[in-house]
Amino acid sequence: MVDNLLELYSGPLKVDDILNRWYNSLHNENFGAFISFVGTVRDEDRIEGLSFDIYEPILKNWFNMWQEKAKKEGAIVLMAHSIGDVPLHKSSYISAVCSPKRKIALKMIDEFVEDFKKSAPIWKYDIVDRERVYAKDRSSALPNSGLLGR
Amino acid sequence: MAIVEFLGPINRETMEVDIANLSELKEVFKDDKEIQEWLENSAIAVNDTMVSHLNIPLLSGDKISLLPPVCGG
Repeated sequence: MVDNLLELYSGPLKVDDILNRWYNSLHNENFGAFISFVGTVRDEDRIEGLSFDIYEPILKNWFNMWQEKAKKEGAIVLMAHSIGDVPLHKSSYISAVCSPKRKIALKMIDEFVEDFKKSAPIWKYDIVDRERVYAKDRSSALPNSGLLGR
Repeated sequence: MAIVEFLGPINRETMEVDIANLSELKEVFKDDKEIQEWLENSAIAVNDTMVSHLNIPLLSGDKISLLPPVCGG
């Protein structure tokens, strides 16, 4: 088994290393299904890349909650994410689910990635003219936001 | 003294505040227009646990985090 199922890296992810390592450490664990999702930075709106800030303590709590949820179905979740700058056409995010049979992993990868988008304490910036510009329009307020507002 | 940290794009240094309850933080920021804008859509955590109301007593050394809208991946 891999020991640390949440991996954070400075800069772009080495997709082949990460997926190979995950697969090689898990294929003897009797999971019949391994489903991965790899997110790659797209060339759009004339950006030079993306950049990320992460708040690790709450990300870890969120991830551990998902691991508990997966465990109840005999599954595991894995995730890797970049901190800092990631150029175009490189990966900033990988997630995966392993389960005894395919249906649980196929369903859970969708729920896991969607909840990640809504709940993970990660902030995204476009890199434009070498400056970081907060991707405000693409960001979602977390649950119970605005408690201290007017 | 509790500590307030501003996460992600809220570009502010961590500050110390002398408050006994989370709701008193509203008073601390009442004249700070820039932070007011962030507060409208930021979530709050106390000691790394997200909160759903402001009726939370604070002890010295407690950490309050402001989390603006997120976008991972």
